[in-house]
Amino acid sequence: MHLQENEDDCMVYRTFLIKYGEIGIKGKNRNVFEDALVSQIRRALDKLEGSFKVWKEQGRVIIDVEGEGDSYDYDELIEALQRVFGIVGICPVVKLPVGPLEELARSAVDFMGETYGLSGQGSAAGPDKKMSFKVHCRRANKNYPVTSMDVNAYVGEKLLEAFGASLEVDVHKPQVMLYMEVRDEVYIYSQIIPGPGGMPVGTNGKAMLLLSGGIDSPVAGYMIAKRGVKIDAVYFHAPPYTSERAKQKVVDLAKIVARYSGPIRLHVVNFTDIQLAIYDKCPHDELTIIMRRYMMRIAEYFAGKSSCQALITGESIGQVASQTIQSLVCTDEACTMPVFRPVIGFDKQEIIDLSLKIGTYDISIQPFEDCCTIFVAKHPVTKPHLDIIQKSEKKLDDVIDGLMKEALETTELIEID
Amino acid sequence: MEAYLDNSATTPVSEAVRDIVVKTMTEAYGNPSSKHLKGLEAERYVREARERIAATLKADEKEIFFTSGGTESNNWALIGGAMANRRAGNHIITSSIEHAAVLQPLAFLQDMGFRVTFLPVDSRGRISLEDLKNALCSETILVSIMYVNNEIGTVEPVAEAGKIIKDYNPGILFHVDAIQAYGKYRIIPKKMQIDLLSVSGHKFHGPKGSGFLYIRANAKIKPLLYGGGQQKGMRSGTDNVPGCAGLGTAAAEAYTELESKTARMRACKKRLTDGLLQIEGTKINSCMEDELSAPHIVSCSFENVRSEVLLHALEEKGVYVSSGSACSSNKKIPVSAVLQEIRLPASLLESTIRFSFSDWTTEEEIDYALDVLRELLPRLRRYTRR
Repeated sequence: MHLQENEDDCMVYRTFLIKYGEIGIKGKNRNVFEDALVSQIRRALDKLEGSFKVWKEQGRVIIDVEGEGDSYDYDELIEALQRVFGIVGICPVVKLPVGPLEELARSAVDFMGETYGLSGQGSAAGPDKKMSFKVHCRRANKNYPVTSMDVNAYVGEKLLEAFGASLEVDVHKPQVMLYMEVRDEVYIYSQIIPGPGGMPVGTNGKAMLLLSGGIDSPVAGYMIAKRGVKIDAVYFHAPPYTSERAKQKVVDLAKIVARYSGPIRLHVVNFTDIQLAIYDKCPHDELTIIMRRYMMRIAEYFAGKSSCQALITGESIGQVASQTIQSLVCTDEACTMPVFRPVIGFDKQEIIDLSLKIGTYDISIQPFEDCCTIFVAKHPVTKPHLDIIQKSEKKLDDVIDGLMKEALETTELIEID
Repeated sequence: MEAYLDNSATTPVSEAVRDIVVKTMTEAYGNPSSKHLKGLEAERYVREARERIAATLKADEKEIFFTSGGTESNNWALIGGAMANRRAGNHIITSSIEHAAVLQPLAFLQDMGFRVTFLPVDSRGRISLEDLKNALCSETILVSIMYVNNEIGTVEPVAEAGKIIKDYNPGILFHVDAIQAYGKYRIIPKKMQIDLLSVSGHKFHGPKGSGFLYIRANAKIKPLLYGGGQQKGMRSGTDNVPGCAGLGTAAAEAYTELESKTARMRACKKRLTDGLLQIEGTKINSCMEDELSAPHIVSCSFENVRSEVLLHALEEKGVYVSSGSACSSNKKIPVSAVLQEIRLPASLLESTIRFSFSDWTTEEEIDYALDVLRELLPRLRRYTRR
């Protein structure tokens, strides 16, 4: 039995069984998805202490810890796996060779005893309290001579023999479900730690995130990455109106998103001159809308260059003047790529809750000015008409091509890993 | 070209300071508390530093206690002073324009039950001695007044305050935050009847993380840090030998030819204020009378420009300054209390820049900064929030 104890008498798991959901039902593409998941898991584990073997096994991914004893940090491992999209459940398992039923039952008794601190005499939970359980065997290896039902019955019986004072069977709502998966080896576990769900990054193409220093856009990037989409990002920098620290903040946000999405190529666009030109030549109350349109155009340009097929923004209907439906219609018209707005129907608090969960909130609330707020009008238009906006934009005709060229050429590329 | 005009934030260390810091980090690296020769060697550096600092204040070296810098010195003076004298009373007096490193420990003491009076200042940023007289009472145990205000450079009437306090009750502790004054003024604590004086090393070419608190012999003060009993049990913790040595060297250098250095800084100040006043829409917030204003600080408001934007625009040209007040579009950070206290118009609160010099500052740097300002301001003023 591959079970060791560390100094604290806690169980040290050497193997983890990874469950995935949606990707299992993708028919012919299944291999592609599984391979992507395996490679994302490897990438996540690469950064950890210890070395691991990651391999596929009939609808599961198995992680074996290599080396002996405390060669890895359990909490760090679980945390890293909880950031790998595609994982539905992480099961710390005890692995043993396929053997006679009696042997499996003995291992199950040991496992339960150790995991729940059971002994023959009474229950750890108190004298009168019994823990309810159910054995759930899954026989993927049909060569094994005993059926799942028979394994369940036999192991259940042996557990009651060993810990009758503290265990009772409940087949409907057990407190503990003891899983035994008979494959090329036998896996015993009772704990399924939830993963983030979603699909492995890299299985659904690539998109360009418009990343600001705010709360919404990192969340939007996270949500799309969760669907298996690889992410690049573009940030609009407007010195001296926005500071180097504001830029650092965006880099820090991108680093957090990259913990989930994998490497991000962050494009830092010098946007000042375009903003000032709009300020000079266009009606002030339309400034934000026109500015957003140029942001979309620039983002689309870099998206095309990085073989992205869509844009992502953190817009939410009605949150600010530039995010009314009328405004979004005007922004959308500036580009031809689809624009994904995963938080479009969220309230601010719901977005905040997600940003807290993924860990971007504390960075997002640092008080540095971003380029959207510098020149914001006291009363911006909330119901812009596309034809009027287009007419206003015409006023930029004599300068905008040069300014756009300049902005695109001076864009700085930062590789975030 | 570069113009580093943010010397009240921090200064670069001098060559001599760098050398002695490196030496005490790599060669004389012993712990002064060790009994062996390595310890003794390190102890000599600390002792010499203490002597050099004491000499600048005409004080006894036993009155110099090394700290981690200005914040610790202020905290120690206020909290240690209040704790040692809490049986004598619970009233503390300070000014309304002190640095946060004074105001925050006082807020803590208020939580602990002490009563704090904040003296108002006039439009130049000076307290009124009459107000001080009226605030003193039988419960008063501690008065804390800054020597030079860090945002506008106003000099407070410290010596006169010392006399008033001690005439009223010699038992009242008088603390002076001299962090912006040390190295710019000759300060004789005994003559000014100062009991406690806070100094930070990196404001005058010393290392960051170094500083000291002058404690007049027999002044009643409790330690803030307890432990191994270093510095006569008053400030435990292994001596920061490189910090102490660097601080001692910087102090000695600062007070060598002090008058010619301050004269140079004053000349820079005059050149800058003259230039600024020729620019349209400027207002100098620093007091223009030399005797009431430090030689190295100029606060100036620029109409219709946000200070943060001006700061970053200047930075692009290699001119480094501070914004006179923290500002942000989302108003999470309050604007400067000092500028409000001197009743600066609300429209200028977020348009204020602090220029600050050291004896290294050159007239070329001033001229360059003025050139850059003249070039930037028209453009920046054209683009404002409407």
